[in-house]
Amino acid sequence: MTDLLDFLRSPWPWYVGGPLIGLTVPLLLWLGNKSFGISSNLRHACAILLPESAKPGFFRYDWKKERWNLMFAGGLLLGGLVAGGLLANPEPTRLSAAAVQSVQDLGVTVRPGLVPAELTDLSNPGVWLLLAFSGLLVGFGTRYGGGCTSGHAITGLSTLQGPSLIATISFFGGGILSANFLLPLFMAVIR
Amino acid sequence: MTTTKIPGVHTAPASTTRAATGLLAYLLAGLYFGVVLVKSEAASWYRIQEMFRFESFHMFGLIGSAVLTGMVTTALLRRFVGRSREGQAISVTPKEKGWRRYVLGGLTFGVGWGLAGVCPGPIFTLLGAGIWPMLLVLAFALLGTYLYGAFKDRLPH
Repeated sequence: MTDLLDFLRSPWPWYVGGPLIGLTVPLLLWLGNKSFGISSNLRHACAILLPESAKPGFFRYDWKKERWNLMFAGGLLLGGLVAGGLLANPEPTRLSAAAVQSVQDLGVTVRPGLVPAELTDLSNPGVWLLLAFSGLLVGFGTRYGGGCTSGHAITGLSTLQGPSLIATISFFGGGILSANFLLPLFMAVIR
Repeated sequence: MTTTKIPGVHTAPASTTRAATGLLAYLLAGLYFGVVLVKSEAASWYRIQEMFRFESFHMFGLIGSAVLTGMVTTALLRRFVGRSREGQAISVTPKEKGWRRYVLGGLTFGVGWGLAGVCPGPIFTLLGAGIWPMLLVLAFALLGTYLYGAFKDRLPH
């Protein structure tokens, strides 16, 4: 029993997780000819939440046709509850030695969990700034670029779409810049 | 009085039942994907930092094998099945042509991703795992989405 629990709590290697991520593309196409893409839900949420009088044209459409995607997002919450809550890995992420060093240099201790305690400590105003700024750019950038990792990097590349290759390269360009140069500045404030 | 049940009158209309079970399937698909995001550690802030510093193969192997699997299995689905469960012909809407929006929007999203280490999927998954500060990320992601919608006509696409 403990063996089984240990098994269920342990993380998967990339060659197990990767193919299972990729299968989501044909799964959604087969379920109802749906293109896999998560960030569209942020648009649907705006379409639902904004009052009619203050709604830009971009949010005036029949979001009820996209209920399937909102259900998918609901499933993501449940998946997090099951795998990240009930069956959470009791060990820290098994990083490379180089990554452990980099993370420590940022002032972050490697502990069990998916997000470090230093970045979820809301008594620190710097953490509010980091999370708010990050969220703002994720929301703005995904809609401007027409998709996120699921819509472009997974679905778009799987279906050989040129624009998605441009988008994916740009995601990495931005991420490399921010992780290496911008995050250390934020961490200097947070520490 | 007749005891014959008329579909749509005495029982739920067939189309409503189908719509409900159809939606349930997407909830289960999301549950599946959420579990994979956590178990593969794609939702780990640590793994995202490691990836953007090129300090491990893990995330590159993960994304690479996901794309390869998606490519092969989608091609097989189109070639040998061709239709969805509901009978529609399977088609993928091509992304709009151009490059400006993909470069500018992609860079913006990438900068956000490298900071809090979350793309939109993990925002939901981490919330489900009880990491409540993700509500702040979600709230500002909604604000960012709104700002794009409000100013899109003034941006190069």
